[in-house]
Amino acid sequence: MRLVKLVPDNTNIGFVRWRFVGVGVTLILIALSIFGLATRGLNYGVDFAGGLKMEVGFEQPANVDDVRSRIGALGIGSATIQEIDSAEIISIRVPLQEDDNPDAAKAVEAQVLGAIMEAYPDASLRSQDVVSGKVSGELIRDGTLAAIVAMIGVAIFIWVRFEWQFGVGALVALVHDVVIALGIFAWTSLEFNLNIIAALLTIIGYSLNDTIVNYDRIRENLRKYRKMEMIPLVDLSVNEMLARTVMTSLTMAVALIALIVYGGEALFGFTLAMLIGIIVGTYSSIYVAGPILIWLGVGPDSFLPEDTGAAERVSTRP
Amino acid sequence: MLDFSKTKVWGIIILLAAGIFFAVPNAFPEKQVSAWPEWAPRAQMNLGLDLRGGSHLLLEANSDSLFETRLESLEDNVRVEMRRAEGGAIAIGDVSLRGDRLRFMVRDAARVDQAVDIARGLTQAVGVTGARDYNVTVEDDNRLLFTPTPEGKADAVNVAMLQAVEVIRRRIDELGTREPTIIREGDDRVVVQVPGLDDPQALKDLLGKTAKLEFKMVDVDADAQQIASGRAPPGSELLMNADIGQPMAVKRRVIISGDQLTNAQQSFDRGQAIVNFNFDATGARRFARVTQQNVGKPFAIILDDVIISAPTIRSPILGGSGQISGNFTVESANELAILLRSGRLPVELNVIEERTVGPDLGQDSIDAGVFSSILAVALVMLFMVATYGRFGIYSCIALALNMTLIVGVMSLLGATLTLPGLAGFVLTVGAAVDANVLINERIREELRKGRRVMDAVKTGYEQASTTIFDANVTNIIAAIIMFWLGSGPIKGFAVVLTIGIVTSLFTAVTVTRMFAYFWFSRREGRIKELLI
Repeated sequence: MRLVKLVPDNTNIGFVRWRFVGVGVTLILIALSIFGLATRGLNYGVDFAGGLKMEVGFEQPANVDDVRSRIGALGIGSATIQEIDSAEIISIRVPLQEDDNPDAAKAVEAQVLGAIMEAYPDASLRSQDVVSGKVSGELIRDGTLAAIVAMIGVAIFIWVRFEWQFGVGALVALVHDVVIALGIFAWTSLEFNLNIIAALLTIIGYSLNDTIVNYDRIRENLRKYRKMEMIPLVDLSVNEMLARTVMTSLTMAVALIALIVYGGEALFGFTLAMLIGIIVGTYSSIYVAGPILIWLGVGPDSFLPEDTGAAERVSTRP
Repeated sequence: MLDFSKTKVWGIIILLAAGIFFAVPNAFPEKQVSAWPEWAPRAQMNLGLDLRGGSHLLLEANSDSLFETRLESLEDNVRVEMRRAEGGAIAIGDVSLRGDRLRFMVRDAARVDQAVDIARGLTQAVGVTGARDYNVTVEDDNRLLFTPTPEGKADAVNVAMLQAVEVIRRRIDELGTREPTIIREGDDRVVVQVPGLDDPQALKDLLGKTAKLEFKMVDVDADAQQIASGRAPPGSELLMNADIGQPMAVKRRVIISGDQLTNAQQSFDRGQAIVNFNFDATGARRFARVTQQNVGKPFAIILDDVIISAPTIRSPILGGSGQISGNFTVESANELAILLRSGRLPVELNVIEERTVGPDLGQDSIDAGVFSSILAVALVMLFMVATYGRFGIYSCIALALNMTLIVGVMSLLGATLTLPGLAGFVLTVGAAVDANVLINERIREELRKGRRVMDAVKTGYEQASTTIFDANVTNIIAAIIMFWLGSGPIKGFAVVLTIGIVTSLFTAVTVTRMFAYFWFSRREGRIKELLI
């Protein structure tokens, strides 16, 4: 029996040589993401925008345009109507007036449901969310704060365990991943809700893992090969970790594709976000986190015993 | 490094066994589990509402409504004490309640100081600091103003919320739903979660009502024209009469309030749905006295400032029981009975967030989620075995143990698995797989360098451990910060992630190393080759 080897032994790909291309691609992606965020914005779900969201299920696939025109005729404001699962489920989002009157939501809900039931008597309300403007504001604030503080906390830990350049590198890579993931949400108009925040956090976690694994090898090699130039050293480290990177990313990707295909509508948004994140995160660990170390002047002396404060971290193994 | 002492091996086995022990109930239906004997683990992992259907409501106290009742009783006290003042009653007038303030005028300017002293005597100390609940100030020389202090406000909200949680619990219990979660959140909010509810609207209706029941006399002298123009005679107020759809003037003084009810029941009277009620002893005496004095006059039964009926007293009601009739259906009469039985909310609660997932969607999500997760894990395992052979099998066993442990720990802690929690689960599985990939790749690397099998495995574990440690500690830091700062879904994610990282470090590193140790010790020194 022969075991599968995804990556041949002793690869020697000049990753760093392509770093300017990598940076170019990165900058273009970031620019596109920011442009998308600025012009199109995120398609906020009721969690962040406030309002009423209903999911109505149909026995037979419904005519979405018909549903749209029926709801449009109610004159309750600009409703967003989307089909899920080949129109057997239709999601309806309606902004509510600022006054946060719970009865208003109830009235709108009854109106919408009534209009639909008139044409489709077998329709049923599958789920319904009402979030007032006050709560949605808090959700945005809490979510953003948690993500930002988590990223900074992590960067500080890496700074302590490695060197400050590594902390900066990891942080930049994380920001990169999050911005691009947000950009994809802006361009695809996928609904951005609280679950997507969880997916973004997963991306942060995964990308971080990937970055640290590469950094760890760079640190190890810096101690081992004192004379080596930084560029070949980063290349060597990335190549040494390539089998692992490919294996882990592929395994995760395979698992996520299973979840995307068979996980149903509830899981779709965030598993997709996670898959995108894994691809972007793997890329950023190599092309963002690596080159930053070079630019920030990490060299073999970064982990010398003379470096006070870092002394106890230096490996004593041969 | 590969050596395991007997104690350590047993320690690991006991830990794993404990994890499996606590995970077991999750493999059985809930009904079956609840019949298990006392010693058996019976706690199951909670599924969040997004996974099993139900209603989530976030209610916030409307603090204006909170002060309304408090100020009304303060007003009563002020009137009584001013009347009893030393040196004769102090005449007051122009009493107004606005927001959280009470204002009134002292007619005799010379006695303002005395009035202030009396008013200050009515304020109460709150908390340990000895702060008073109201500040009493004088404005325009002869107007006294009660303003709640920050301490007084906080105390009022606190007391009201404690009562509110109790009232909510009684109301939901009346609905007969099982295991509702009612948690106070922050200063002035309550989260109510009720799983698997057929009619979420009923829940909202129940919680959205304050259920302030009052009996007041109808002001029969009020001028119809005056009522139509929206003005009430002095000492009276205009309230909407739901029965006739028009406002009606009633005396402001409350004869009797819902607090004095002992019981309320939906019933029928000549085919019409009604609510029967009983007063407690004091209430009954008072009701008897008032009805004796006012035979032939109408009184109003007022619920949440809306008149639901205004019957005329035909004869004195002495037994302390009565009935409310109005335009009731059986459901609405029953709802009113529940509301009256469980008592009034001390403060008006507004629904500021509501999430309802129908039971169908919940079940669909679970089915799809479970199926796709099993498929995902199976694919991952296939991948691992195909790539790493023997050590791949070790990793798979470790992965299975890991997932069992997470479920076990979550059941033990009573933690809730939500959709975002599932994302955390996936990340954890990823971290566990990654740990094994790191170890196995490192072993490959060391073998390539020409090390002997045992050396390679040993070094592989040693070297990979630093990396795995760094990567996982970073994720734990992130998870803890998210748990600390994040709201609902983010917390759910962070909980699973934290538990999962600990268990996956344990299974993916320690447990697989133990397997390797078993393998080596069984065939000591005879292993020349390792297919990895």
